[in-house]
Amino acid sequence: MRLKLLVASAAAAVVMSTAPALADLVFPSLSYRTGPYAPNGIPFADGYADYFTLINERDGGIEGQKITLLECETGYNTEKGVECYESTKGQGALLYQPLSTGITYQLIPKATADGIPVHSMGYGRTSAANGKVFPWIFNYPGTYWDAASIIVKHILDEEGGDLNGKKIALVYHNSAYGKEPIRTLEELAAKHGYELSLYPVDHPGQEQKATWLQIRRDQPNYVLMWGWGVMNQVAIQEAANIRYPMDHFIGVWWSASENDVLPAGDGADGYKAIAFHGVGSDFPLFDDIQKYVIDAGKAAGDGSHLGEVLYNRGVYAAMLAVEAARTAMKLHDTTDITPAMMRDGMEALVLDNARMAELGIPDFGPEINVTCSNHGGPGLGAISQWDASSKTWSLVTDFMGADREVVDPLIMEDSAAYAQEAGIEPVACGS
Amino acid sequence: MNPEFLYFIETVLNGLMAGVMYSLVALGFALIFKASGIFNFAQGVMALFAALTLVGLQTGQVPFAHLINAIFGTQIHHFGWELPAIIAIVGTLGVMVAFAYLFEGLVLKHLVNQEPIILFMATIGLAYFLEGFGDLMWGANIKAMDVGIPSGGSFWWEDVTRTWAPEDSGYFGMYIDKLDVVAAIVALVLVSALVAFSQYTKFGRALRAVADDHQAALSVGISLRTIWVVVWSIAGFVALVAGIMWGAKSGVQFSLSLIALKALPVLILGGFTSIPGAIVGGLIIGVGEKLAELYIGPLVGGAIENWFAYVVALVFLLFRPQGLFGERIIERV
Repeated sequence: MRLKLLVASAAAAVVMSTAPALADLVFPSLSYRTGPYAPNGIPFADGYADYFTLINERDGGIEGQKITLLECETGYNTEKGVECYESTKGQGALLYQPLSTGITYQLIPKATADGIPVHSMGYGRTSAANGKVFPWIFNYPGTYWDAASIIVKHILDEEGGDLNGKKIALVYHNSAYGKEPIRTLEELAAKHGYELSLYPVDHPGQEQKATWLQIRRDQPNYVLMWGWGVMNQVAIQEAANIRYPMDHFIGVWWSASENDVLPAGDGADGYKAIAFHGVGSDFPLFDDIQKYVIDAGKAAGDGSHLGEVLYNRGVYAAMLAVEAARTAMKLHDTTDITPAMMRDGMEALVLDNARMAELGIPDFGPEINVTCSNHGGPGLGAISQWDASSKTWSLVTDFMGADREVVDPLIMEDSAAYAQEAGIEPVACGS
Repeated sequence: MNPEFLYFIETVLNGLMAGVMYSLVALGFALIFKASGIFNFAQGVMALFAALTLVGLQTGQVPFAHLINAIFGTQIHHFGWELPAIIAIVGTLGVMVAFAYLFEGLVLKHLVNQEPIILFMATIGLAYFLEGFGDLMWGANIKAMDVGIPSGGSFWWEDVTRTWAPEDSGYFGMYIDKLDVVAAIVALVLVSALVAFSQYTKFGRALRAVADDHQAALSVGISLRTIWVVVWSIAGFVALVAGIMWGAKSGVQFSLSLIALKALPVLILGGFTSIPGAIVGGLIIGVGEKLAELYIGPLVGGAIENWFAYVVALVFLLFRPQGLFGERIIERV
């Protein structure tokens, strides 16, 4: 009897030590700290965790409510990502940030059915920006189609507004993610008169010689890249090898971290990429992270990634989650929010420059105003450029808007097709 | 010459060079299989581990720093010195020999005379262990490989070949990566040395005897354990060479272990037991996939070079299962 009691007590203790306290705000983190994509997964996961830790340590939580982070290793594997979702959703999960387009695609129907919001920030299914069809999915502050359009806009600026007869190449990861911008680039090619050529690269992208021989032969005026992992590093190295002008080589925001450019050394100098948030650590918020989290020994990692692009992205994602939770609390007049309330908070999120300054990240990103019908946010992006000598990224343009005339109809078309296929009745929005 | 024909030659040339890079990985597989009948699933991870160790030693990184800091609350990451490349390479070689010694002592010696599938399973375990161990020891960051090997397109070759096409054709010369040329020279030296070692030394003959029959080799006084340590050490050295070359292309990162996938069609084509076969197989695969990507790829949407290599290997398998240079399979009843 005593033994049974002991075992039961031990089991209860184990359960209680792993489960979040009842009133905590639970944010799962589907991270990947192992496997081939770990170099990208680690800084994001560190940034995501460190911001929540900062809110707990400095502010005592969100409006006094402590945050619990449930980290689950996906290895950037879609099946494992779904397992992580299934194993954490019952623990009061308020929001999922899947950090993988593949996992996001799997979670869209599941999370919709379970009533838990998903924030695929700058990735995932672009047409999820249509909140009428995807009420539980958010991809603000920008989508892949916004990114493609903004890059073309930047090229237009560089070329004096005329792209007639120019050649633009897209080197892309041969997956659902890599293929996302093709339709937009085709539409923009029809509008601006440039010739689009496509160069798919199979996973993992360790060998791209044939692709770059073709690019060397075809001599496109600009090369765009939708890559991930080792594909990015090899592409940048190969572009440097064939002496392609790096300031005419522009990557999406997932081809734009320090990891991607450092292996190519000086050859990567001048490489450009689109960004939807600020770069570097010269913001008051990062001083607080250093003081309350890293110096206090509470950082998720070793603190060495602070200010890196992907660390900043993790911080930005967590900050948007916290602000949405705060909005939800005000909206529903309670600090004990549910996933449905969190969704409402995300849909009512307004983040202006004044609020960003208050948070210690002035002008870190574009102003955001999410609505019931627009879950994609403002769709703004700036162009960043790599300086190999100082090993830093810097924003070389202001935040620019996408060509809404082209992007919005594509979103409507794709989301309508999804709604029909999945038998979804679009929700009615006030505006 | 017609620029189109020159592009064709350029593709073939670059295919040959890419093939050499595949061969460097395939060599490690062939070496272990030839000497011990084990298909070493961990060869790609060994290349990764060797490259991580080399960069770690070169840059003065403290091994297991993350673990040490987590346990003792310290903040140490670097020793504060940098080693010349050659010393770091010798140091890494020492680590790979120590690894071979440990693997033999802890795993292989307990599996003498076991079925090949059991030994194969052991190497799968080794692959996963070594990947995690490498991560723990050196961290998961992407590291630049800089051992002084030149890389990038050769200006000289471009200038020479530019004159081969008519002046008004706009032809801008042929591309060849200096790193690939270095890799080809290294591979040539490596294969010559390995073939000489295998064919003309007493130790080489002992290696082949062990591959034929463990028990029979033991009965004539060949020390199986010594042979295994030596062959795994040599495979470690080949892995280091492959790790350096591939690491210089993409940076040293965990994707490096996936280069093993590039070696499989090469082995099927060249034969699992042949060192020259690994080279010839690599060249055929390299040229085949590059030509396919350039000429067939655009017709079918591109990105075919990965699977095309396996199709070539599969077709070859149907007609010559032992590979180009593999030993003929004869079963007597």
